[in-house]
Amino acid sequence: MGWREKTIAFYTIMMKEIRRFMRIWIQTVLPAMITTALYFVIFGNLIGQRIGDMQGVRYIDYIVPGLILMTIITNSYANVVSSFYSAKFQRNIEEMLVSPVPSYIILLGYMCGGVARGLVVGVAVTGVAFLFSGVHLHNILVIISFAALTAVLFSLGGFINAVFAKSFDDISIIPTFVLTPLTYLGGIFYTINLLPEFWQHVSLINPILYMVNAFRFGFLGVSDINVGISYLIVCVFIIGLFTFCLYLLNRGHGIRT
Amino acid sequence: MSTALSIRNLSKVYQNGFAALKGIDLDVAAGDFFALLGPNGAGKSTTIGIVCSLVNKTRGSVEIFDTDIDKDFSTAKSYVGLVPQEFNFNVFEPIVEVVINQAGYYGIPPKVARERAEKYLKQLGLWDKRKEGARLLSGGMKRRLMIARALVHEPRLLILDEPTAGVDIEIRHSMWAFLKEINEQGTTIILTTHYLEEAENLCRNIAIIDHGLLVENTSVDELLHQLQMETFILNLGIVLEKIPPLPGYEARLVNPRTIEVDVPKAQGINKLFHYLSNEKVEVLGMRNKRNRLEELFIRLVSENKKTDVA
Repeated sequence: MGWREKTIAFYTIMMKEIRRFMRIWIQTVLPAMITTALYFVIFGNLIGQRIGDMQGVRYIDYIVPGLILMTIITNSYANVVSSFYSAKFQRNIEEMLVSPVPSYIILLGYMCGGVARGLVVGVAVTGVAFLFSGVHLHNILVIISFAALTAVLFSLGGFINAVFAKSFDDISIIPTFVLTPLTYLGGIFYTINLLPEFWQHVSLINPILYMVNAFRFGFLGVSDINVGISYLIVCVFIIGLFTFCLYLLNRGHGIRT
Repeated sequence: MSTALSIRNLSKVYQNGFAALKGIDLDVAAGDFFALLGPNGAGKSTTIGIVCSLVNKTRGSVEIFDTDIDKDFSTAKSYVGLVPQEFNFNVFEPIVEVVINQAGYYGIPPKVARERAEKYLKQLGLWDKRKEGARLLSGGMKRRLMIARALVHEPRLLILDEPTAGVDIEIRHSMWAFLKEINEQGTTIILTTHYLEEAENLCRNIAIIDHGLLVENTSVDELLHQLQMETFILNLGIVLEKIPPLPGYEARLVNPRTIEVDVPKAQGINKLFHYLSNEKVEVLGMRNKRNRLEELFIRLVSENKKTDVA
């Protein structure tokens, strides 16, 4: 299979994934917009006005980047975990396994499908944010690169979850018991400077904290963490997860007998 | 003649210790219409799974058109199209997308993929349904969709794992005609089936697997030649109370107007009619009790069982 054929195969998988989530946009795109609007109304407007400023920024503006990133995280993860697990469950993953398409193209195709959903929903939620707050764009390159890198990272996470999942329950365990707590404790709604010193150190173990802060830097120019360190950590995680995903696919873990 | 599939010492031991294949050797010539038969759990689907990379083998080698699947999996896989036993497409995808996507996995450009999807969906009578979700198709249509999907990259070797299971007679016959046609156009076909009439009608060569071992591998003609005895059911024009003397034949009265006769190959059937004629027994019709291949299949599998026990 030459590069031309591989490109066609990659494009096919990616577009299949994009068509899938766009076909069911009421389930995939709309809920995030409604949930985020509720966050803005309740936490931003009603409660936020009583909180005042956070790191010198209006509270409603302060939570915008974190809420957008949370949407990107959950949607990129959910897209790959549900799609790849469904492909395993319905056995249509065999369509790819019998074909000459290499494992890394399958992985890239699913990953880019997840990234596409993360970014589409992220843009939609940013649109909602514009309605409620005066969104600042401090550094557009940081915003775009961190949105993309975060979507890549959590697409890979969703892929690993799907490979190990043996039932539909298994694809909701990680998002519910790991991802959501880490996201909420990742500094979306607060700066870690508010925490006692011990919990500040504990928070630094949470990789999502680095992403949220870097993303917030892109919007507002404020961050608890050095943005360079955030880039480094996210890239290391991406390389590690990509390698692990490829290992699982090559071994046929959970997909070949 | 070149070889489409060459399997050597192929073994598969599952994690639970079950040996599904115990070192089989098999060759299928290019252009052949080949039947791979065996009872449930004999190892047919495992063999196909290994050839198509859905099952990891324990030992042995597989070559497809002289390309080793371990050395050049990409080329080897591009030669093969698979119609699996179970439906395995995304039931929510429109039919035409199922076929076009499959072409994409083989690196076929979208324009060519669309043309081929139209060609095969039309040939298999599914073009009118192309925009419908695959879940809305009947069982027979789903089978045909899997055939269209397997053909879209125009493979040199088409493997069909029980393609007509649960399909009504009319569709089965139209599928047979279609498969014969693509075989005549040069595609090598390997078929597994439980309908032995299907294997007898379509295939030139045959292999029988049982308990992970190859118990027979020959031409259908050669295999049928081994048949020593056939049982016929005769419908009679008169009512019989007891069977007339039929020297050299063993006969049983099924009901007053039907008898069942074992006809040894050496004896032939002419004498039987001669005896019946002498006794003024009119024969209105006659059929095989069982398909000829079925007789042999049962014999070979039961012989293998005895060997296993011994």
